[in-house]
Amino acid sequence: MELLNVLAQQEPGELAEGLTAVGRGIVYGAAAIGPGIGIGIVVGNAITAMARQPEAAGMVRTTMFLGIAFTEALALFGFVLSFIVAG
Amino acid sequence: MTSAPGSLSAPIDGPAPELDIARDLARRALPVAPVAVVVSGLIWGIDGAVSAAYAMVLVVANFLAAALLMARAARISATMLMAAVLGGYLLRLGVITVAVLAVRDAAWVELMPLGLTLVLTHVGLLVWEARKVSVTLAFPGLKPAGSPGRDQRG
Repeated sequence: MELLNVLAQQEPGELAEGLTAVGRGIVYGAAAIGPGIGIGIVVGNAITAMARQPEAAGMVRTTMFLGIAFTEALALFGFVLSFIVAG
Repeated sequence: MTSAPGSLSAPIDGPAPELDIARDLARRALPVAPVAVVVSGLIWGIDGAVSAAYAMVLVVANFLAAALLMARAARISATMLMAAVLGGYLLRLGVITVAVLAVRDAAWVELMPLGLTLVLTHVGLLVWEARKVSVTLAFPGLKPAGSPGRDQRG
């Protein structure tokens, strides 16, 4: 019981600070899931295309690289948002 | 054991267009960097300018690392390419996170210009490059020498 009392003690603003950190983690985590799925789809389809038509591999890889980089921008956006909005 | 051409365990032949694109992106970042640094400097002062420069370095390093990883993996096999892209995504995102968190409490860091430069230059450089690549893929005859994806000519 005494331990609970010790744990319950907090400085003013400590709760808000903790919740901000949790929120930041949720925003970043959620923002990274979508691009992860998107990149998986892009690469999976690109590899299928390269396996079916190896002579078009150069074009497929060019498009794939740009697709991956664009999708990754979403994760960066979430990351930046998480620390800019939280301050 | 040998693998049939086009199988997932066979290496992907041909030159790596990713390296050409990443090099092109890095080249395009050279004129963009001073603009980002000066604009950030005007709005947020010296700290803003330094933060913008740091973000530019992160963006270019991210592109180069992604291209290098993909080009090397493609030389091994298509399966390795898939693994390298997905693993590389996690790795690079982690490195960017650590690189930003490591300096976020430093005296010279302004988070707003750092974040804005990170996102805007990443997307801006990609749009710039995609415009060129889409034109060269659609009209191969107009493709300038040394452009990304030149190996598809034929």
